[in-house]
Amino acid sequence: MDFSTSLALIAPELVLSLSGLALLLVAAWAGDRAARTISVLACMALGAAFALCLPVVNGGLAGADRIAFDGQFRADAFASLAKLMIYAASLAALVLAPAFLERIRSMRAEYPVLVLFSAVGMSIMVSATDLLTLYIGLEMQSLAAYVLASFVRDDNRSAEAGLKYFVLGSLASGILLFGMSLTYGFSGSTAFDAIGVALGGDLSTGALFGLVFVMAGLAFKISAVPFHMWTPDVYEGAPMPVTAFFASAPKVAAIALLTRVLMEAFGSQVDSWRQIVVFLALASIVVGALGAIGQDNVKRLLAYSSINNVGFILIGLAVASSAGTSAMLVYLSIYVPMTIAGFVAVLMLRNAAGEPIERIADLAGLSRVRPAVAWCLMIVMFSLAGIPPMFGFWGKFVVFQAAVQADMVVLAAVGIAASVIGAFYYLKIVKVMFFDEPSGAVVSGVGERGDRSLGTLLALSTLMISPFGFLATGWLGAVADRAAASLLLLA
Amino acid sequence: MGGFPILSLMLLVPLLGAIACLFVNERAARSIALAATAIDLVLGVILWTSFDIGGAQWQFTERADVFAGFAWALGIDGIALMLIVLSVFLMPICILASQAISKRVPEYMAAFLFMEVLMIGVFSAQDIFLFYIFFEASLIPMYLIIGIWGGDNRIYASYKFFLYTLFGSLLMLIAMLWMVNVAGTSSIPALMVYDFPVDAQFWLFLAFFASFAVKMPMWPVHTWLPDAHVQAPTAGSVILAGVLLKMGGYGFLRFSLPMFPEASAELAWLIWVLSMIAVVVTSLIALVQHDMKKLIAYSSVAHMAIVTIGLFAFNVQGLEGAMMVMLGHGLVSGALFLCVGVIYDRLHTREISRYGGLAINMPRYALFFLLFTMASVGLPGTSNFVGEFLSLAGAYQVNSWVAFVGTTGIILGAAYMLYLYRRVVFGEQKNADAAAMPDLNAREWAMLAPLAAATLWMGIYPESFLAPMRSDIAILDARLARAAPESDARLVMGTVAPAAQGGDEAPAHGTDAHGGAH
Repeated sequence: MDFSTSLALIAPELVLSLSGLALLLVAAWAGDRAARTISVLACMALGAAFALCLPVVNGGLAGADRIAFDGQFRADAFASLAKLMIYAASLAALVLAPAFLERIRSMRAEYPVLVLFSAVGMSIMVSATDLLTLYIGLEMQSLAAYVLASFVRDDNRSAEAGLKYFVLGSLASGILLFGMSLTYGFSGSTAFDAIGVALGGDLSTGALFGLVFVMAGLAFKISAVPFHMWTPDVYEGAPMPVTAFFASAPKVAAIALLTRVLMEAFGSQVDSWRQIVVFLALASIVVGALGAIGQDNVKRLLAYSSINNVGFILIGLAVASSAGTSAMLVYLSIYVPMTIAGFVAVLMLRNAAGEPIERIADLAGLSRVRPAVAWCLMIVMFSLAGIPPMFGFWGKFVVFQAAVQADMVVLAAVGIAASVIGAFYYLKIVKVMFFDEPSGAVVSGVGERGDRSLGTLLALSTLMISPFGFLATGWLGAVADRAAASLLLLA
Repeated sequence: MGGFPILSLMLLVPLLGAIACLFVNERAARSIALAATAIDLVLGVILWTSFDIGGAQWQFTERADVFAGFAWALGIDGIALMLIVLSVFLMPICILASQAISKRVPEYMAAFLFMEVLMIGVFSAQDIFLFYIFFEASLIPMYLIIGIWGGDNRIYASYKFFLYTLFGSLLMLIAMLWMVNVAGTSSIPALMVYDFPVDAQFWLFLAFFASFAVKMPMWPVHTWLPDAHVQAPTAGSVILAGVLLKMGGYGFLRFSLPMFPEASAELAWLIWVLSMIAVVVTSLIALVQHDMKKLIAYSSVAHMAIVTIGLFAFNVQGLEGAMMVMLGHGLVSGALFLCVGVIYDRLHTREISRYGGLAINMPRYALFFLLFTMASVGLPGTSNFVGEFLSLAGAYQVNSWVAFVGTTGIILGAAYMLYLYRRVVFGEQKNADAAAMPDLNAREWAMLAPLAAATLWMGIYPESFLAPMRSDIAILDARLARAAPESDARLVMGTVAPAAQGGDEAPAHGTDAHGGAH
């Protein structure tokens, strides 16, 4: 494999890195006045990377000729499908930001650049087939994310969120590194396939420790219970477009990464990690659902909701089969527009002073004041709760179908019973919007700049999770199946 | 059958109406809703008249494989036909009954039309997952209807309704996934003839039972119903009692019985015990209610218990009776809720003691109310008599105690209904405002007269309704034959029964048929 082939395989990452660097220079010279232009250019870069990944996903490409840099990196259909979601979510984060940040005079030129670098990091994460590549991607994504979390510099909560995220994120990275060193020590390699071969047969105690620490470090990144404590605080403190970004793109990346590590590097040790994943899944579902009940802040509620959703996704991982992986991918591709739509809807609301609203109580009577937004948010909520005919149901459906097919009926039954708890707080939002009298907190739209792009984004993402989404199930299923197959195909 | 996708059209018309309603003003929304439901009623009548009795089991079938994992497959048999006809018949009446609704009318009409789509979808789905989607989606409009347009305690009632039914149906979803995985098909007709392993049937039955028992509702998971009914607007109550409750019975008939015959027989005792308790307990509770709607709601639970008794009799009479009770109850309880709604609109209270002597100032109303009261009691010549008699006659062949206890429910039913009627319509006019209420207006006539006509038609000539279902019931009966539990009444022709055993049977026999009549 020569160098140019490898470069061709990382074309999306190259596009993003180079445009990120170029835009950084533009930002340095032109200053914050050029923020909008840079955002638009960053969007175009993401669009180009998106287009580069499409053929890989459609063709279900996999195998030896998708491996770059001697097994450090793999641009297969699995990675590319995850990249599509990551780029789409990053794009949404760019579209969302100006409307929000300009209002609090914090829109600065480095925002789009940071999002681009974060997207590059995530791309590397999902394509990594070596522990070192994995770590580089993860840190690149995280460093950009730490800055994004504290992006509103003059807001204490934002600074606090950034610091908290940084300290806890570093701790998790440390745990991950420790696990990686143990794994390397007991398997003699950092490449996933070599680790897989070396760890066949009985797992030694040391390697088991390595596995557990790697999983703990990654569980932190996907905020699975019991490593979720940072999530509500960071989500609450970070500016809302950044929260929307955190809840979507990095989740996809970290889950895809965890899947690849477990299915490839530890693929021969399914029995060792399945019980851990089952625990993480059920604990996340239950804690995510229970934790959300008492919340009065929309962002905290959506944080717990994301924990809850991660639990459902992990059920697909616990199945540890091609069907389970495919189900996870389908779930993720529904989860991303669902989350984005939720945040966009909330972002579109503001009070009389023009400030964004965050408290659930402020949503009271929204269906009278902003009916279109309220109806969209209702679709999102029922979708998150998994009530048909909303498309969110389909994600849960495929995950549980995979679990049942793998004879994990009890896991499915417990998980689905716990989703009733989750339904309670989604219903609460609908209740507040539709049943309560308007509180007067939200004023009806006055056609501000940026509202049209937000409206388009909301309409698009709501359309994706509306019952019309079912028409895409055939295509989505086929794509996810091919992607899952490419993951399990040993090079 | 014919290539014209009439079922899809019946789903499409109210769906388009619902979407249109969201974008227009109040007046237009009312007209659109009425027009859409009227078109569906016409289509329903066409469906009924062109249904080929004695023809293929599944008619008007359509299929389009547009989804992964399940198909857009529709088709009906006689049982589904009757329930669809009931639904489309009640819908225009509900829209008329919603005249009193004054806030957020377009959304209200949209919710009702969406509801109609889902009801027809439930009864016509031929794919188990499509069925689930329709079945479960009905929670959303009903949640909104109760929560936005309900009474004082509407929030609590809407939550209770939603979470109760959601929990039941999610367990059913797991069972469906397992069944489709084992049987390799999600087509309902194929699953109805698939023999699941007997030990697995037990769990599958319980999972479906969890859902249908809540929807039905059966004692002790019925407690959402009185809350939901009392808080729902009149039309919401009519749809809830008239059609939504039938989804539970339809589920037993379509899924539990044909798919798990052995488990049904094995667990029939559970259904019997719960139904017997329900009949007696909820009738007694109904007897002491002060709130008219709550009283009728509890009577619904008692009537639904008669349905389950009939269903789990495992014979043709029981099954036909159960269907007739469902249809009859759909008409009669709907009509009773409308009757309550008529006087509620005038006085804005459902307190029984606030009324009295309505026969003096509202004689026409009193006449309609009397007819529906008598129908609810099961007077011969009205719809409920046919169903209750058949159900209990069927049950009697299997277990005389069940029939005996079930029959006491009819006596108790007469007690609470007549007591209600006496307090509201007869006696002295206690309150000046109640005495000043005007009699029925034209709109209320238009609502109640068709219901009265249908109630009498079903009572006098039930053959119109039984004929389309007959062959389907026979197929179901044949399917159940291998598992049907043995009768406890070992009556032998021509020999003298031993004294002890005869003593057991005699009272049961005595009350059964005749109790049904009075």
